[in-house]
Amino acid sequence: MSNDAPTHRNIPDRLDSPLRAAILSWPALLLVVAVIIFTVNSFASPYFLSPWSLSDATFNFTEKAIIALAMALLIISGEIDLSVAAIIALASTAMGLALQYGADTPALVAIGIGTGLLCGAFNGALVTRLGLPSIVVTIGTMSLFRGLSYIVLGDQAFKGYPASFAFFGQGYVWWVVSFEFVLFLGLAVIYYVLLHRTSFGRRVYVIGNNATAAQFSGVRVERIKFLLFCLTGLMSGIAAVLLTSRLGSTRPSIAQGWELEVITMVVLGGVSILGGSGSIAGVVIAAFIMGLVTFGMGLLNVPGIVQSIFIGLLLILVIALPIVLGRLRRLRK
Amino acid sequence: MTQPKLTLSGISKSFPGVRALHEVSLELYPGQVTALIGENGAGKSTLVKTLTGIYQPDAGTITLDGKPVSLSSAHKAFELGITAIHQETVLFDDLSVAENIYLGHAPRTRLATIDWPKMRSDARRLLKDMGAGHIDAEARLRDLSIANKHLVAVARAMSIDAEIVIMDEPTASLSHKEIEDLFVLVDLLKQDGKAVLFISHKFDEIYRIADRFTVFRDGEMVGKGLIRETSQSDIIKLMVGRNVDHIFPARTPSIGAPVLEVKDLSHPTEFDSIGFTLHAGEILGFYGLVGAGRSEIMQALFGLTKPSRGTIALDGKALSLGSPADAIEAGIVYVPEERGKQGVVVDLPIFQNVALPSLKKTGRNGFLRLAEEFALTRQYTERLDLRAASLSQNAGTLSGGNQQKVVIAKWLATKPRVIILDEPTKGIDIGSKAAVHAFMAELVAEGLAVIMVSSELPEVMGMSDRIVVMRAGRMVEMLDNNNLTADRVVRLAIGAEEVAA
Repeated sequence: MSNDAPTHRNIPDRLDSPLRAAILSWPALLLVVAVIIFTVNSFASPYFLSPWSLSDATFNFTEKAIIALAMALLIISGEIDLSVAAIIALASTAMGLALQYGADTPALVAIGIGTGLLCGAFNGALVTRLGLPSIVVTIGTMSLFRGLSYIVLGDQAFKGYPASFAFFGQGYVWWVVSFEFVLFLGLAVIYYVLLHRTSFGRRVYVIGNNATAAQFSGVRVERIKFLLFCLTGLMSGIAAVLLTSRLGSTRPSIAQGWELEVITMVVLGGVSILGGSGSIAGVVIAAFIMGLVTFGMGLLNVPGIVQSIFIGLLLILVIALPIVLGRLRRLRK
Repeated sequence: MTQPKLTLSGISKSFPGVRALHEVSLELYPGQVTALIGENGAGKSTLVKTLTGIYQPDAGTITLDGKPVSLSSAHKAFELGITAIHQETVLFDDLSVAENIYLGHAPRTRLATIDWPKMRSDARRLLKDMGAGHIDAEARLRDLSIANKHLVAVARAMSIDAEIVIMDEPTASLSHKEIEDLFVLVDLLKQDGKAVLFISHKFDEIYRIADRFTVFRDGEMVGKGLIRETSQSDIIKLMVGRNVDHIFPARTPSIGAPVLEVKDLSHPTEFDSIGFTLHAGEILGFYGLVGAGRSEIMQALFGLTKPSRGTIALDGKALSLGSPADAIEAGIVYVPEERGKQGVVVDLPIFQNVALPSLKKTGRNGFLRLAEEFALTRQYTERLDLRAASLSQNAGTLSGGNQQKVVIAKWLATKPRVIILDEPTKGIDIGSKAAVHAFMAELVAEGLAVIMVSSELPEVMGMSDRIVVMRAGRMVEMLDNNNLTADRVVRLAIGAEEVAA
């Protein structure tokens, strides 16, 4: 009963147009939120709209956002890295140590980035080789990395970074546009391409959706997860260079608590904490939202603790809103 | 003649695309053991779930002591005195033996808190009465052997004074001695006047313990009677039933050169000294009961598990398979049994599922080219007559049969040499089944080598050129599929002795 004349049914590629999908997407909603916050800010404070103010605002989030780009991929793949802030501390300490031995600026940068990469590889090896859950591994290495930094520094600080080193965290590429900001935008484009335009990115999504099916389809799951941990470590190393350069010193408490802000950024950006979905566009807009909110509130002299309360509420609101609306819609039916 | 304790009549249950039960009937008598017999997929599990209130039947009536009842929830079934002992016991590993026995009906103190001392002493007495006094009522269940866990499950059944006890392949993982102990308990239950439903594949057990039998086939009740009046062969005939070749594509096999050679393949626990040669244009069927080690062999051929010994050679070249990626590269692909978990990624679109192992081919320098992915997907899904609204539809929204087509399309797009299909038509509707079968015939006609693992005898006998029969991790026999009787294959698989002709 073989079918001699196969019927050629034409199954269309897509039903919804990509444009329609983009308009209804999470990043689009975030963009609306970002515009609202921008407008509110500009009415609330007369200083907000000046170019230099806006430039300062970017310093609030670029370093965290650079880590958030890699963290987004890691969370999409179903893993997480809670040690990113501790990696900054260790990488910064390594740079400070190298400074004591007379390292020049290129060497400092290489050491900072290299330390980050090594820490990421260490996390990745523990997760993929030993098969441990990443949340446990990185809670452990979070204490380990920062602990090492405390052992080296105690209550001391490394100071006296060379003047040429200051460019990374304090320099401007053109007018009010900082080096950090340009680097962030460049990396955002690279991560966008990596996640959305390459086979590697596709495999990241597949792993996050169903790691077993991915493995059964020939995806080298462990290798890709290892690379994602390395990337997150690498980005933390870059953030360590930027932050150390901006502050001009290294203390063991540097970047304390950043891991939560980075993860908040990623989740606010629409990446599912359970893995499998999310986009770089969402994470980039979420980074801007968090930067604008904290800077706007800073201008209004709102204390830091209240700012974090507001960020927390914003996160819950933005996550809950679509779920609640969806439920209402279903109830009406 | 005694009246049945529980009667099911006209019970039907369907799932999207599958008719699991069709107007089946079943009677359970007090003080008697009724064996429920059928191949995998005959509807036994669905029936158990209906009896324990997990599934609601679409039609039919259930009467208990002559009164119609509704088993609307697991709790309701429990209240009516129906309890089940499963293949893998569904007790609580981290609770104590006594807690497991009395969970949900623990003795209470006047303050309505649990009366722990009474619960423990009751549990101890109950276990002792059962002849299971060696089990410590305060031990954590996790620390008990499977056999002892079964005893705890029986104790639980006795403690709630269940009138109906369902035993779903309770002996699957027990030793000979443990099985005997369990049977002593079943006798105890019988003496107590309980109605027991006993599900097993093993004929020696059924003849040892059951009074009556009911046979299911393809979701229908095809026969029932008293065990002592019925021979093994009669029951096997009922199980196998229909003429096996009527729905399968006719084909003239043209067996080519050897493609895959497997020698002495062994695994520490799952299978031992497996050896066979697979030829181009051949369908090699693997038949056996669930747990015979068939899927485990296939997963070793696909690089998922490492064999402890033995060689796998493709076209005369020895392979070292460290991962599925290696196997796919070599040209061996695997359509897994667990379609939803291992076969398709349900939350991703069809085209991403199909293109996944072919991204190197559809992409360029690591960059995706969506147009190529859609073209590849269209080429293979059209060949398989996939029914979908669009190729961007999530794979999980398709019916089981169409999901299977997505998995097969995914593998064909890699242009494999050997395709392994593990229960390829399990849980899919008749139409898709025929399409998959027709397609398998097409593939071998094109020179592909096919291994098909199946627990459905008609499928194995209707499709295979040769059949490997497996039992308990070993190859029992390699059979040429001509003039074979279904009887013979089933006997080999379940280990029933050959009746002297």
